[in-house]
Amino acid sequence: MEANGLIYIAGALMMGLGALGAAIGIGNLGGKYMEGIARQPELIPMLRTQMFIVLGLVDAVPMISVGIAFYLLFAVA
Amino acid sequence: MAAGAQTGSEYIKHHLTNWTFGKDPSDGVWKIAETAQQAQEMGFYAIHLDSMGWSVALGFIFILLFSIVGKKATTGVPGGLQNSIEIIIEFIDSNVRDTFSHTNKLIAPMALTAFVWVLLMNLMDLVPVDFIPQIATYIGVHVYGMDPHHVYFKIVPTTDPNVTMGMSLSVFFLALFYSVKNKGMGGFVGELTLHPFTSKNFLIKLILIPINLFLEGVSLLAKPISHGLRLFGNLYAGEMIFILIALLPLYAQWTLSVPWAIFHILVIVLQAFIFMVLMVVYMNMAHDTGDH
Repeated sequence: MEANGLIYIAGALMMGLGALGAAIGIGNLGGKYMEGIARQPELIPMLRTQMFIVLGLVDAVPMISVGIAFYLLFAVA
Repeated sequence: MAAGAQTGSEYIKHHLTNWTFGKDPSDGVWKIAETAQQAQEMGFYAIHLDSMGWSVALGFIFILLFSIVGKKATTGVPGGLQNSIEIIIEFIDSNVRDTFSHTNKLIAPMALTAFVWVLLMNLMDLVPVDFIPQIATYIGVHVYGMDPHHVYFKIVPTTDPNVTMGMSLSVFFLALFYSVKNKGMGGFVGELTLHPFTSKNFLIKLILIPINLFLEGVSLLAKPISHGLRLFGNLYAGEMIFILIALLPLYAQWTLSVPWAIFHILVIVLQAFIFMVLMVVYMNMAHDTGDH
């Protein structure tokens, strides 16, 4: 029971902290992208590709933590 | 969910176990693992038949499709298939041109292969989680007389860390090869030992070598690991959530699986694209000789 409780807390921490960090990162990224395209709309296609690359890099971290957290919660606990 | 006797966590574990062929340590016979426990004990020299089979088959589909379209390509009005393949090739070509600033004939075909192959392997994630494993179980039970709980079949090769780490390690070794080829052994070692901190004084330079080697070594080794684990983690998380949705009663599944599948289309393409871009970036770093 004790160990199971710790696994639930571990899963919650993983998902929560992973999502927190990535949300700050993606918020920053999207804000800067908006500023950039407002200043120079002709750069939209180039900036969009670059933004999606970084988005994918940042997005990977919370996705991985969600996957591992679900594995812990449903398959281990 | 056909197997009613299974609990949720058994169902998940069953879906996350590969069809493994290896040497059983208890009696030393090469055979197909019957339980997840056995598959785990087979250790390093075991081979995942399902991951290998699907990835090789999808690779052949890619090669055949592209070669057939390439041979039949017309300069007149192209059909839909030729159009879409031209779009993919132009997309890869422009991306490689933007990111890769040196001359190497290998990079663009390699980027195309990596992108389309990873995309096809990721696309297997959109096949319903029970569909092909159930067919495999049916064949296993009725043709080979196996216990239905001992038929393991995982159809998404990129949810197997062995596949993704294999690909990222191949890229890593190729990058090492081109580093040594373009910079020379001295240049490569120099980049590892003299790079972030440097000094005019020879003695201080000598003292800084271990610090530089540590920092550069960590960043060198982190590249293939994060490259492979990023793809694996995303697809594993996606597959995991599809499996969890499959635990719901049948009438309720579509409310969650449809939105998740639509969102997952973005993830699939994005991760294939990122795998390709990172590969080209690492290759570009291997060709940067430093004299700008």
